[in-house]
Amino acid sequence: MPEVLTQPWPWYVAGPLIGLLVPFVYWYGGKKWGVSSTLQHMCAATVPGRIEYFQYDWWKKGAWQLAMAAGTVLGGFVGGRVLSAPDDAVAIAETTYADLAALGVTDFTGMVPSDVFAFESLLTLPGIVIILLGGFLVGFGARYANGCTSGHAISGLSNLQLSSLLAVVGFFLGGLISAHFLLPILLG
Amino acid sequence: MKGEERSESLAVYFVLGVLLGIIFLKSEVASWFRIQEMFRFQAIHMYGVIGSAVAVGALSIALMKPLGTRTMRGESIAFPERAAVKPRTNHILGGTLFGLGWGLVGACPGPLYALLGSGLPIMLVALLGALGGAWVYGLLRPHLPH
Repeated sequence: MPEVLTQPWPWYVAGPLIGLLVPFVYWYGGKKWGVSSTLQHMCAATVPGRIEYFQYDWWKKGAWQLAMAAGTVLGGFVGGRVLSAPDDAVAIAETTYADLAALGVTDFTGMVPSDVFAFESLLTLPGIVIILLGGFLVGFGARYANGCTSGHAISGLSNLQLSSLLAVVGFFLGGLISAHFLLPILLG
Repeated sequence: MKGEERSESLAVYFVLGVLLGIIFLKSEVASWFRIQEMFRFQAIHMYGVIGSAVAVGALSIALMKPLGTRTMRGESIAFPERAAVKPRTNHILGGTLFGLGWGLVGACPGPLYALLGSGLPIMLVALLGALGGAWVYGLLRPHLPH
């Protein structure tokens, strides 16, 4: 395996590749790239109830995004298991390492700390808040804001939309609160 | 081949998704540690990824609009109209709630899918949480400020 593939990829390779998705998807299908709509499509496909938000032809509107999401799962396997060893440590800044160690994180291997991201953690309040409530807020907030990092921060800002700028301000407002106030309480 | 004879293929979107998943893992965008580093302003990495993605996306759109680029089938491209996407209450409120979740679970929706595939079944719980969040939003939508 060429070393250039198995080493971590720098931001100036990954970012432009992600950015190219925006014009490609516009050219290929006339569509605006976004990921979090898949959450709405999956709800519409499985438990729409009588909720108006889920009453539409999810296959016609969302099959392309669901196909991309399925591909992303496979890509995660290729990127994480074939082109990397699963317990490679991410080379974060020394300061971040020290801050997180001070909060009680001990396992710095892999993509997520196994101290928190384990099924046993679901029996503890911090584990439930970080994994389940964290996921819930990602889904709720992304649909409320009508987009996530892909739809707003990348596609929306690429189109110079003020609505996306406002959403991104919110992303950081919330993220700063979680990183600086909630996580220290939960992990401390 | 004539333009109108071409049609979109789900296989192409699937392959794009595979590439995206590889990028998320190899650039460590899917890493909880990188997200904490970003919200602590301790490295350029995540700002570099998002910033250069926006630069390439913005430059592409800035060229496509005046050139009148059409889709591969020859249709005109409907970029979101600025007037139709005015900043509203839902963008800041929803954005902040999303950010709270992003800072905790350390992954936005794309990386959630990628992490699941990378062999972390615990991320299925986070993804089910995200689906629950989307469902509850749908339920409460008529009562929320937008």
